Amino acid sequence: MKKTLGLAALAAILACGGANAQQVNVKIGVLTDMSSLYADIGGPGSVAAAKMAIADFTKDHPNVKVELINGDHQNKPDIGSQIANQWFDVDKVDLIIDTPNSGVALAVSQVASQKNKIFIVSGAAASDLTGPKCNANTIHWTYDTWMLANGTGTAIVKTGGDTWFFLTSDYAFGHALERDTMAAVEKAGGKVVGKVRHPLNTNDFSSFLLQAQSSKAKVIGLANAGGDTINSIKQAAEFGIVKGGQSLAGLLVFASDVAALGLPTAQGLVLTETWYWDMNDVNRAWTKRWQQERQGKFPTMIHAGVYAGITHYLKAAVALKGNVSDGKAVVAQMKSMPTDDPLFGKGTIRADGRKVHPAYLFEVKKPEESKYPGDFYKVRATIPADEAFRPLKEGNCPLVTG
Amino acid sequence: MERVVDPLATKPSALRTQSETIAFVIMVAALVIAPFLTYPLFLMQAMCFALFACAFNLLVGYVGLLSFGHALYFGWASYLSAHAAKVWGLTPELAILTGTATAAICGLVAGSLAIRRQGIYFSMITLALAQMMYFFALQAKFTGGEDGIQAVPRGHLFGLIDLRNEMAMYAVVLVIFLAGFTFIYRIIHSPFGEVLKAIRENEARATSLGYKTDRYKLVAFVLSATLAGVAGATKAIVLQLASLTDVNWPMSGEVVLMTLVGGLGTIFGPMVGAFVILVMQFKLAPIGEWVLVIQGAIFVACVLLFRRGIIGELANLLRIRL
Amino acid sequence: MAHDFVLAVPGHERNRLVMFEIFGIPSQALFGQLLIGLINGSFYALLSLGLAVIFGMLNIINFSHGAQYMMGAFAAYLILQHSGLGYWPALIIAPILVGITGIIIERLFLQWLYKLDHLYGLLLTFGLALIFEGVARNYFGSAGLPYTVPESLQGGRNLGFMFLPNYRAWVIVASLGVCFGTWFVIERTRLGAYLRAATENPTLVRAFGINVPRMITLTYGFGVALAAFAGVMAAPIYNVSPQMGSELIIVVFAVVVIGGMGSILGAIITGFGLGVIEGLTKVFFPEASNTVIFVIMAIVLLVRPAGLFGRRG
Repeated sequence: MKKTLGLAALAAILACGGANAQQVNVKIGVLTDMSSLYADIGGPGSVAAAKMAIADFTKDHPNVKVELINGDHQNKPDIGSQIANQWFDVDKVDLIIDTPNSGVALAVSQVASQKNKIFIVSGAAASDLTGPKCNANTIHWTYDTWMLANGTGTAIVKTGGDTWFFLTSDYAFGHALERDTMAAVEKAGGKVVGKVRHPLNTNDFSSFLLQAQSSKAKVIGLANAGGDTINSIKQAAEFGIVKGGQSLAGLLVFASDVAALGLPTAQGLVLTETWYWDMNDVNRAWTKRWQQERQGKFPTMIHAGVYAGITHYLKAAVALKGNVSDGKAVVAQMKSMPTDDPLFGKGTIRADGRKVHPAYLFEVKKPEESKYPGDFYKVRATIPADEAFRPLKEGNCPLVTG
Repeated sequence: MERVVDPLATKPSALRTQSETIAFVIMVAALVIAPFLTYPLFLMQAMCFALFACAFNLLVGYVGLLSFGHALYFGWASYLSAHAAKVWGLTPELAILTGTATAAICGLVAGSLAIRRQGIYFSMITLALAQMMYFFALQAKFTGGEDGIQAVPRGHLFGLIDLRNEMAMYAVVLVIFLAGFTFIYRIIHSPFGEVLKAIRENEARATSLGYKTDRYKLVAFVLSATLAGVAGATKAIVLQLASLTDVNWPMSGEVVLMTLVGGLGTIFGPMVGAFVILVMQFKLAPIGEWVLVIQGAIFVACVLLFRRGIIGELANLLRIRL
Repeated sequence: MAHDFVLAVPGHERNRLVMFEIFGIPSQALFGQLLIGLINGSFYALLSLGLAVIFGMLNIINFSHGAQYMMGAFAAYLILQHSGLGYWPALIIAPILVGITGIIIERLFLQWLYKLDHLYGLLLTFGLALIFEGVARNYFGSAGLPYTVPESLQGGRNLGFMFLPNYRAWVIVASLGVCFGTWFVIERTRLGAYLRAATENPTLVRAFGINVPRMITLTYGFGVALAAFAGVMAAPIYNVSPQMGSELIIVVFAVVVIGGMGSILGAIITGFGLGVIEGLTKVFFPEASNTVIFVIMAIVLLVRPAGLFGRRG
């Protein structure tokens, strides 16, 4: 693996009286998708975010030395699992972070549990990671399918979108997203008037959109991701769906998807994310620094999650005085410390490994409302942290139910 | 297939197999020593793919039938083996047998359909069938869809040997690989294998000599599918997961690449090709953005310049049979 | 389910057309889906046309067809970015540019492979496809690039049974035009006759003084240009991403194989036909709409090995 050294800290022990700072040496691996579908939402941007986290932390803690490597799982669970095994066994990595792609994340989570190391998921969505498949070595940051479904579903119903039609990707992820959103919509008082399932990686949605149009539902929920979402939205614009009075709810949409669509096509789209670069000055300043490595691009919430996750891990490592070999102990430490980082603010990590923080309902701006490149969203609502994620008791996580 | 002129066609058969035997001994020695030098998990995965490539090569290199859908047998064997070990709780050797049996059945059905056609149409039918089974895997509940079947237990071989011990697992995989490899070797050098080669050279002539070529082709197809299944089933136990990647068409493409790079129609070629491609995938992982480009460039280079593949060129250079 | 068939009132009374149901689907929806299927079919036909030309005339299985389609779409985007020229000029410029790259490929790589088995041409073009896709992804990312429907074609018409975007209507017209034009040139003109003769018996045709290698090169370039043209047509409605080609290539291959690998007309008719069948599947059994093409391909290959219209066995 290509080794990119983080800032190496000086091990100088300050002679003048009092506390000797304990030397902390850790090795972190960013396992992400560098070359295919998720390269924009994770990928090199995650590595950049990781470097920033390490630089910022070691500046204040010169006794901490962090080595950083990265690897490409190519969206294949086999390769992800193989790399995780090799990193933990041979390369002495202590923490693996990121992995967009739920299949890879689930595999790596198993490996981390077997080897008693640590895994922080920023990129993947599967809420099972803090549900039936949870373990004491995994922490799920940034977002998950339950939060997306609930955030978008409930918030939209509350603002008047009470009849829904689902356009669902016909595989486990799509079904899960549809199921969770349907539950949220109905709980909030809305009604689902129809749904249609399309195969994964469908190019042409005209026939499905036609069905959505004739259902006359106020909201068309897109329970799909990636290229399918982009194609659905692009073609919905063609068929004048939004102009005709229906609105589109993107259940899994990233800022990079909006960039790919362009504002004329994506305007009016409602979505939920947990971090947006333009929300406050701190985020903007962070983004400027991030863009020095990734010119022309904008960071996604996944990149922010990588930064925040590493920061919190390093805090825990310092608190444990550098004893990071027992993964479960480190994770327990991370769960016992409240989190506080510039990007997500204050928050906590629950017993099931779920990091909770507020979520935000965004709406994509109209082209005339956008003043500068990257000015994509306006905030429609804020969902407080204790409502944003699935209640602890409902997850069926063995760590919680025992 | 480009007919590689056999430089040893006139030499006595004892001399022909001498080089092969030496190479075989070197290979076994290398594989026995290797786990002490390199990461065993990687080697085990490489051996699974090597067996997959060897099985594929049996069909394309020796019978002349290019299958575009070999991932079907590899992947579905992997799924059934994983399911058997995880959900039915079978011991690893039974799980692998389950996977293999699945591949054999799929091979029989697919083969009997595909054999009816020649050339590119044969290839297209194999692709069509593989794609249908891919979509079925995508939707079927038990395959776990995009997530795959995870946390497959290594289990205890024969109920006795704990396979979570890396060395024990390695020994098992080594035995399976060598058994499969030797089996293929025996097929190629048997009268049955000679008929297969005759069919590749000139099917009409073989028919006119009285051989029921369809039957031979079907048997070869089923054998190739079954051995691919052994590889897939073993991989599921080793890596402890089975996923959609294993049944998708890029996997079929990868095995073609491995065989091409190593040497079509050579015995040791596919194995070398598999190792080379896997090493490349790992070493290149940090510059992940360029993996696709480099793979493509290797395809192009192999087709234009190194058509015989690594082993093929080596054999041609040394004027031996490999 | 009861089938209530009520005869539609014709002519000026059409606004009060009473819906009747066929297998539980309202007729309006069905007609809408059929039209959409036809539109998609015209797109498939356009895309498989280039492939059929290249295989029919040159015996090369051009696996980089999908990547060249992608290059056409990307060329349209780049042309817009760098010169401000929009959709209409791009329809002409992009295919020419990509066609030139096709000519380069043929001269550099493909010409050495004609004497060999089909396999090698396929593997080479497959390798090239990987290279193109990888390079595109490295420079542009994987999410995609924005490209909108040109002003003149935006909006649509309410046909009563569905809303038809103007752009989709244009797709049918353009596809029919290009398909028919290509078929006409190859089957009915002297140039086409030379081409067909050259592939059957190059030596003889060369003896007549015709520059066969140049014809072959230009034909490959033309086939590639057709792919790029389809790419520009796709850019406004499908996501312009590096993987847009590899997603479609398998389907397009299926179309060409079903239609008969040597036959231009076969590719065109099969393209339209499959579009309609796929459209109907999306209505009655949407989850299977991806698989239906392969099922048909398997059946056709088993029943009529050379494809529906093929002439090579």
